[in-house]
Amino acid sequence: MRILLDNFSKSFGATKVIENMTFEVGHGEMLALLGPSGCGKSTTLFAICGIHRPTGGRILFGDRDVTDLPSQARNIGVVFQSYALYPHMTVAENIGFPLKVKGMATADIGKEVDRISGLVHIGNLLGRRPAELSGGQQQRVALARALVRKPDVLLLDEPLANLDAKLRLEMRSEIRRIQRETGITAILVTHDQVEAMSMCDRIAIMKEGEIVQIATPAEMYSDPRTAFVAGFLGNPPITFLRGVMANGAFVIPDSEIRVPLPASVSAPEGAKLMLGVRPEHFTPTGDISAPGNVTFAETQGRENLYDVQLNGGSLLRSIQPVRHDVNIGDAVTWAIDSKNALVFDDDGRRL
Amino acid sequence: MAEKSQPSANYSTWPVILALSIVSAPLVLMYAYLFIDTITDTAAGSLIPDSFTLRHWRFLWETPAGKPNIWLVTLNTLIFATSVTTVIVLVSSMAGYVLSRLNVPGRGFFLAGVMVLHAFPSVTLIIAIFIVLQMIGLYNSLIGVILVKAAIDLPLGIWLMKGFYDTVPWEIEMAGVVDGASRFRVWRSLVLPQVRPGIMAVGLFSFLTAWSEFILPQVLAPGSKVQVLSVYLSALIADDNNFDFGTFKAVGVFYIIPVLIVYALFHKYLMNIYGGGSKG
Repeated sequence: MRILLDNFSKSFGATKVIENMTFEVGHGEMLALLGPSGCGKSTTLFAICGIHRPTGGRILFGDRDVTDLPSQARNIGVVFQSYALYPHMTVAENIGFPLKVKGMATADIGKEVDRISGLVHIGNLLGRRPAELSGGQQQRVALARALVRKPDVLLLDEPLANLDAKLRLEMRSEIRRIQRETGITAILVTHDQVEAMSMCDRIAIMKEGEIVQIATPAEMYSDPRTAFVAGFLGNPPITFLRGVMANGAFVIPDSEIRVPLPASVSAPEGAKLMLGVRPEHFTPTGDISAPGNVTFAETQGRENLYDVQLNGGSLLRSIQPVRHDVNIGDAVTWAIDSKNALVFDDDGRRL
Repeated sequence: MAEKSQPSANYSTWPVILALSIVSAPLVLMYAYLFIDTITDTAAGSLIPDSFTLRHWRFLWETPAGKPNIWLVTLNTLIFATSVTTVIVLVSSMAGYVLSRLNVPGRGFFLAGVMVLHAFPSVTLIIAIFIVLQMIGLYNSLIGVILVKAAIDLPLGIWLMKGFYDTVPWEIEMAGVVDGASRFRVWRSLVLPQVRPGIMAVGLFSFLTAWSEFILPQVLAPGSKVQVLSVYLSALIADDNNFDFGTFKAVGVFYIIPVLIVYALFHKYLMNIYGGGSKG
């Protein structure tokens, strides 16, 4: 079911958290609300599930206006960061609780619980209590409980934050598989760009209560609208060079680096610019050489990560297939791939 | 559950045990004599009992003239203590939740008020309460003294329960609400089970303080039909004509047995902090 937030606003007392936000999640789509902590993404989620009342605007599920409906009447499933399992109930009772509240017959509840626990692969744990489960298993129970009453919308509030790295990878694909299999419309709140990019159809990136950009992960990565978006997506993160516009090129004063800009970039002569260079676009094979010294080297197994201090003081990051001939302190002359460099003005707007 | 305590390697324990034994010896001796004196006779001036007797326990099967029947008194005490416990547990488990979670008008005022009431010594109110009870016709009745005792002990119970509710994660309630449960249902079947240790603690405290309450029943319900054990006991020692120290001690032992039983049964609930299910 489609979700539409129409001019949604929320303030707590005098503190405005979100003002006039509008976005839509398509039927069966999974959307990530991505942003740093305090950007209002959880507030948005809690407004959608009815725990916070919006101070302005409308929330629509399909064509139904749910703005003033209490949580109980919205038919949503929520997975909380802490999972919020009921400690005194067994796994089966936890999953069956939403159905029990509905007044469903015990036999039918049992059938539904079996069906959904098969889907999330916890059929053998039904008799245990939450305290007897591992983090990943608790996560699956929480997911099953959220899905058992066939909600219109599934909301996930940082569901992977409390898992260790390996489980996180596993649950990432599991959640996506379950979302695909059930065809449910889902919203994922996260501050982890990898989660957002790998799990979702589209990403809405938020900053200070506003959506900066909504796009598919690939679009957002290659075509970020602002320097904030470019900096948030990508691991290892992008690095920025500061310079000015001179004769249709990006120039760092007191340095020989000169990156010609395409004609589509229009900025007045002498305007301050930022050039975003992703680590994979600063390698020995680029077209604009930028000599410097390696100040940091880290191996990640398949790739090596280097920080290079350019002559003049700016820092660029490079990621390359593993090599053993470069050490900290070495002088290198690697080059920027100018076609893939991103140009921003002084306020961070993409040019 | 009970782990065997290992002797510490850092210091030897016997001097500590010896010191503690010496300090607590008078108490232990007194308790021992409390019990021994009820089943023996001792010559005046001697510490060693010389004969076994059950006559001090006569009060159990015969009612002395002018005294109420012991079993009626025991029943009264039981009714008094359980009723007070029930009222306190019921009201404080609900009031504590409201003060902890719901955004009711005047919440701050209530919290402060409850605190002040708790700090108020109940004895200073006793004349006013006496007059009120007499006006509404509850003087010399169990109901009256139950209501007064429960009211005086409620602030502590409410505060305790509020503290327990404060530790229950909000997410559990949010999860319940989005699962479709009404707020009452959430309280009843999701939150209340999390504060079971609190309810046990409040219930136990209420029962024990009500069982040992003396001044309120003495002033507000002294009649022989509604007498409780503490009042009975004090009447016994106040009676100069039939002074019987052995019987007094026997009634005392009789009076504390239920307390010991209750404590033996329930103290583990106080220790047993309910295992929570959510990590982090």
